[in-house]
Amino acid sequence: MENKQNTPVLEVDGLSVSFRMYDTADRAFQQKNLQVITDLSMCVHAGEVLAVAGSSGSGKSLLASAILGILPDNAVAEGSMRYQGQELTPELQRKLRGTEIALVPQSVDFLDPLMRVGAQTKGNRRAHIFRRLGLPEETVRCYPFQLSGGMARRVLVSTALITDARLIIADEPTPGMSLDQALEALRSFREIADAGKAVILITHDIDLAFAFADRIAVFYAGMTVETARAEDFRAGAEALRHPYSKALWRALPQNGFEPIAGFQPYADNLPEGCPFAPRCSSRSPRCERELPPVRALRGGEVRCFYAHGRPEETCQYTLTDARRGE
Amino acid sequence: MQLEARQLSFRYHTKWEWVLKDLDFSVAQGECVGLFAPSGSGKSTLALLLAGYLKPVKGAILLDGKPLPSGGICPVQLIYQHPEQAVNPRWRLRKVLEESGQIREELLDVLGIERAWLDRFPRELSGGELQRFCVARALMSGADFLICDEISTMLDVITQAQIWNVVCAEAQKRNMGIVVITHNRNLAQRLCSRICDLKND
Amino acid sequence: MKWNNRTRVFVLTVMLAVLILILYMIGLLIPEEAVGTDFQHAGQPPSWAYPFGTDNLGRDLLLRTLKGLSVSMTVGIAASCISAVIAILVGIAAAAGSKTVDGAINWIIDLMMGIPHTVLIILISFSLGRGLKGLLAGIAATHWTSLARLIRGEVLQLRSQHYIVVSRRLGKSGGWIMMHHLVPHLVPQFMVGLILMFPHAILHEASISFLGYGLPPEQPAIGIILAESMRYLSAGMWWMAVLPGLMLVVIVLLIDRLGENVRTVIDPYSAQE
Repeated sequence: MENKQNTPVLEVDGLSVSFRMYDTADRAFQQKNLQVITDLSMCVHAGEVLAVAGSSGSGKSLLASAILGILPDNAVAEGSMRYQGQELTPELQRKLRGTEIALVPQSVDFLDPLMRVGAQTKGNRRAHIFRRLGLPEETVRCYPFQLSGGMARRVLVSTALITDARLIIADEPTPGMSLDQALEALRSFREIADAGKAVILITHDIDLAFAFADRIAVFYAGMTVETARAEDFRAGAEALRHPYSKALWRALPQNGFEPIAGFQPYADNLPEGCPFAPRCSSRSPRCERELPPVRALRGGEVRCFYAHGRPEETCQYTLTDARRGE
Repeated sequence: MQLEARQLSFRYHTKWEWVLKDLDFSVAQGECVGLFAPSGSGKSTLALLLAGYLKPVKGAILLDGKPLPSGGICPVQLIYQHPEQAVNPRWRLRKVLEESGQIREELLDVLGIERAWLDRFPRELSGGELQRFCVARALMSGADFLICDEISTMLDVITQAQIWNVVCAEAQKRNMGIVVITHNRNLAQRLCSRICDLKND
Repeated sequence: MKWNNRTRVFVLTVMLAVLILILYMIGLLIPEEAVGTDFQHAGQPPSWAYPFGTDNLGRDLLLRTLKGLSVSMTVGIAASCISAVIAILVGIAAAAGSKTVDGAINWIIDLMMGIPHTVLIILISFSLGRGLKGLLAGIAATHWTSLARLIRGEVLQLRSQHYIVVSRRLGKSGGWIMMHHLVPHLVPQFMVGLILMFPHAILHEASISFLGYGLPPEQPAIGIILAESMRYLSAGMWWMAVLPGLMLVVIVLLIDRLGENVRTVIDPYSAQE
């Protein structure tokens, strides 16, 4: 981990979120507790962009809700969250929400359909930010339904950029944007961070995010499986630590487009040991029995027994990758 | 067989601006064409027109020189960006698949659809899993052309690779024509034999 | 089974339904003789023998109230059912028909909603010669509007749903889509709308009968009982008005509660609380 002297803007340690659910599968009236996030940890400093990667259902969006204190009523969050060293209590969350912590929501449905865009994006920097995001000036007079998907998304991004928040959480800000627009949106997040704010970027577009982020947290089945510097992702699969991160890298269209079989396990059906074990090519019986702890490795963190110290040692992958690259 | 848009123009209301104007576009069987354009340029509208969800205001959509059939299973099927809107939330997923006719077990296997999912309701599955069902449904309908409108935009890269590998293999086997609408240039380059820029057309 | 919120609502709903049914059945089963005149006990205040007291003709007010309630409920429920059928036909016609049909229906709905119900019911009831027939027609003709509008909205919204359009491209016919996609979605809405219409219809029946434009005076409907009591209020016979009136309020609230509970139980979207 980067050992910065200053306290992180946000530190999440061992967060778990569970839901009180009715078992709809058999339409019974039975209630059960479903743990959706098992053990998430991450921190983000001022001046930093942290990208959060992982498939849907890995707990990425719930993390945003948990930080803001807007989880549904039937959810229970445990573990510690600290904002600038201060424990995030529901009162504090209410106070910070929208002023100190801003959210770029995932769905364009979060725009009020009955208000013009102008009324929903008030602030004296609006003209500047709209220009940067390539939104025509007339946009302020439009109602949300008159916007295309990509434009609506850029309006959402603008709402967070206009505020003076110190922590911005962007939940999937880029889908539906063209490459140029997505790059421009990410560049503006980068600039905000460079101006001393902290940005959490939850995203599927990992290749884009990695170009602008400082660090990456990879989530799988409600756990942090790896925290890495963004350079490691840019360097390729060998520089990464966890087999899931490597699989993500290899599944990118420009890097082989190779999927791994299987699917992320459900929260109510987690394997006893490592959640990734059933899909992992280098698993051992130990992985199936025992959940690996998070440990520091090569300036990052990883939750795997078999992650190696030096990149060269992961030769099993390096060789095949090198061959494919040629 | 060839799916063709000829001098296609469309607007949603007679008082509104044209979304598409005099557009010519075609895709042949066995071909995978990428459509690339900035947002708001009418890509999704073109997808809806090609699959017969919308009627052109001017021009025509022709399949082998003839208009799309109005009844029966449409030989052009659309897969959509938001799978959760494309399945009835009150149906179990088995019924969703049955709507397309024959359930092909081997297709479920290659798409990684667990048999247990068939008895669940859509909101109990993630977007990536639902999209596998939508892809399975479109492939099982026996369509000759698939219009894929940002089908993997909301999915993680591993699921994206899984789904596309299946779609491409099936398309090759059945000599289907595919239109890929995406913002991801890397994805388009990986999948398509030809890339069309709507703006320059 | 754990005693959680949904179980509680479900049990409560069943209990409510049973309670309302029992009240209704008691009213039906009370024989005419039991509410016969008995001048020896005329005008008695509430007591153990006569919990609701007796009226000026010595009739037991409790039995009479129960009987009156079940008459009112019969009329109310029958009228609601007719009204609901009108609503579903009109609603679907508006949503599925042409723009002109939709416009015309909306205009009629606006018109109906613009006129006070009571006035309209009195007009219809009066022109059909009062009595049961006039009252039924009056209530049935006025209560369908809001449910029809709801159903129209639902059908319109469903028709534009992506999965419905997909269904059509997969070669399904309009009838198939109707039976498999639309009806299962509409039935719960319809049931809740129907149950929530009962209290309205019952109250309207009572008020129209009270005003003398509804059921004939020899029927022991709740509105008639209340109308009779008015003449004796100045004589200090408060119980003749207060207790039957209270019973009417209670039964209406019970049915309203039942409707809300049914909504919670059958709507899977208000699911997880």
